[in-house]
Amino acid sequence: MPLVKAGRIVEDRFVRVVDDAPVPDGAAAILPAARFLADAHELVLRQAPIGVVWPNDRKVAELAPYLDWIALVALVFPNFRDGCAYSQARLLRERYHFRGELRATGQILRDQCLFLQRAGFDAFELTKAADAPAFVAAVQRYSVFYQPAADGRASTLTARLARVPQHSPS
Amino acid sequence: MYIYDDFDRTLVQERVREFGDQVNRRLSGELTEEEFKPLRLMNGVYLQLHAYMLRIAIPYGTLSSDQMRMLAHVARRYDRNYGHFTTRQNIQFNWIKLKELPDAMADLARAGLHGMQTSGNCVRNVTTDQWAGVAPDEIEDPRIWAELLRQHLTLHPEFSFLPRKFKVALTAAAHDRAAVKIHDIGLRMHRNGAGETGFEVIVGGGLGRTPFIGKTIKPFLPKRDLLSYVEAIMRTYNQYGRRDNIYKARMKILVHELGAEKFAGEVEEEWQSIKDGPLALDPAVVADIAARFRYPQYELLADNPSELARAREDNRFRLWLDNSVTNHKVAGYAIVTLSLKPEGGPPGDATAAQMDTIAELADRYSHGEIRVGHEQNLALPHVAQRDLPTLWRALDGIGVATPNVNLISDIIACPGLDYCSLANARSIPVAEEITRRFRDLDLARNVGPLHINISGCINACGHHHIGHIGILGVEKNGEEYYQVTLGGRADDSAELGTILGPAVPYAEIADVVEDIATAYLELRARPGELFVDTVQRVGVDPFRERVYAAR
Ligand code: SF4
Repeated sequence: MPLVKAGRIVEDRFVRVVDDAPVPDGAAAILPAARFLADAHELVLRQAPIGVVWPNDRKVAELAPYLDWIALVALVFPNFRDGCAYSQARLLRERYHFRGELRATGQILRDQCLFLQRAGFDAFELTKAADAPAFVAAVQRYSVFYQPAADGRASTLTARLARVPQHSPS
Repeated sequence: MYIYDDFDRTLVQERVREFGDQVNRRLSGELTEEEFKPLRLMNGVYLQLHAYMLRIAIPYGTLSSDQMRMLAHVARRYDRNYGHFTTRQNIQFNWIKLKELPDAMADLARAGLHGMQTSGNCVRNVTTDQWAGVAPDEIEDPRIWAELLRQHLTLHPEFSFLPRKFKVALTAAAHDRAAVKIHDIGLRMHRNGAGETGFEVIVGGGLGRTPFIGKTIKPFLPKRDLLSYVEAIMRTYNQYGRRDNIYKARMKILVHELGAEKFAGEVEEEWQSIKDGPLALDPAVVADIAARFRYPQYELLADNPSELARAREDNRFRLWLDNSVTNHKVAGYAIVTLSLKPEGGPPGDATAAQMDTIAELADRYSHGEIRVGHEQNLALPHVAQRDLPTLWRALDGIGVATPNVNLISDIIACPGLDYCSLANARSIPVAEEITRRFRDLDLARNVGPLHINISGCINACGHHHIGHIGILGVEKNGEEYYQVTLGGRADDSAELGTILGPAVPYAEIADVVEDIATAYLELRARPGELFVDTVQRVGVDPFRERVYAAR
């Protein structure tokens, strides 16, 4: 399952900690949500980066108090038809201003990558190896965006505004 | 007419290229059918009983003559010479080959047509009053807002994988011709005390196996807030809508389970945090979209010109005029409905030859514009009254001037068992048989306005719940049976129909409809009392007694 960041396949520096296994000292680690919340006050004091896997049926508002200390939030797509986590991603980025890594995990196809990126994800655990080299082309497929989202791409709402003065009355 | 700009054109072309690539990956086996399915659905491609079906959006029901010619071309080149207009301002082609789909879509894109989001669990084609912009009873042209919504909700990164499909309808007229109360979001434009126009927001309507009439959660939403408020509704639904059970996944279930008030509260809270963000509509952006709508240069004409008075002497013309021609907001003009419900024909079908002729007539008599309504008929929206006699002869010549608009033979029907893999029973042959029973238009006129809606299964694509007479195909011991409801309506006093009695077999359904019509003629208080009003006044019992007495 290749991890793609900034258009390139990268090594995953985080280790996944399952349930109540010990958190490895000095290594970047991703914890399940319940475990993270239980030990949050100690975990945020760690030196090594900490990440959390956040399920798609839990409000991200619960995570808001800790976001400054979290290096990574992994959101979950149990299958590619389940789009809950798109809203969670936008809320994390746009409402709670999370600046760390936002990783899409679960069932991820190249055909969703542009939507994911627009929703604020910047790391993608792709289900199919063949989708990794196609990633860059997939997120560059469109040049027009009708709505503003979490990716900062200009939308037609502002692009149209820019040209309004040139409109000749007809 | 909304005229595409570079942004719109580019986006459609990019979409076509993306889909072409997805089809190739499917053909090479790189994508499984399970993976391909949501992708093709989002492009309007269904797998039906016999072949792939392609559904093309006709945003807010407005088509140019060139677009109509393109539809004719697609019908001819890729299908079997016809297309089917649906209840949601779409057209369907039933016999397209998978490997030809990208070519058909590229052709359509040249005319600014596409199948984006006409199926799948995303926001579907935004529909509106088919007479928008020309109806005398509207407060402004709702299509500008429909277009803003269409754009905002097209390829929306957050809302392309919703729990279930999502339908939006909009009207600005006193009389609701868009059935806004049976949509996930229904918007109704009103003018407030200060003279400003805004939207009443209705949510959670829908038919299907659990029908609900929508509830108003915002009586008056200012225009600048349209996109942010819709975004807040969608976000609430995307997060809390059920994904565990496909039959409980529509927003109407969420609204019902939470209660409209609690739902409204969730939406309000979300909306408060985004309403002053980038979605607040700048009047200049609205003006830019509005400027891309082209309106005809009307001539200064008087109502009831002499040509019309003379032609009225012809009985057939007069019948058509009284039935199919409606008032226009501009003097001397008329709105002409083209009935796609000929005697013995499938409702909503048009042949490639008919489409070409209609395009030509639209150029000559309707400023190049055609409308598609949810009743599965077409309309020419800008016809000078003096041209009506000539236009009538031409329409009559191609079989789209049957004067049965709004009458008992103007039937809305889903594709049913002839095409649809989910069907329990046939819909089209039932509709065809009923039109034959009421071929005597004197009888149909005597019965008066009466809407029959037929669905081949509980999914209710034929909107049977809101038919004055609703017919639902069910299966009993492997045979086609039909359950009948009475008194449904989609207008301002929207209501779901009440079951008449036990389901009847295929061979008897047309007889039952005749019996209902006969019972109505006996039961109505006076000739002008509408069928639905009679049902409302007397209830279904007297109908039940008469219909089942002999069965
Ligand atoms: S109502 Fe049923 S039979 Fe008719 S088109 Fe819809 S799914 Fe098919």
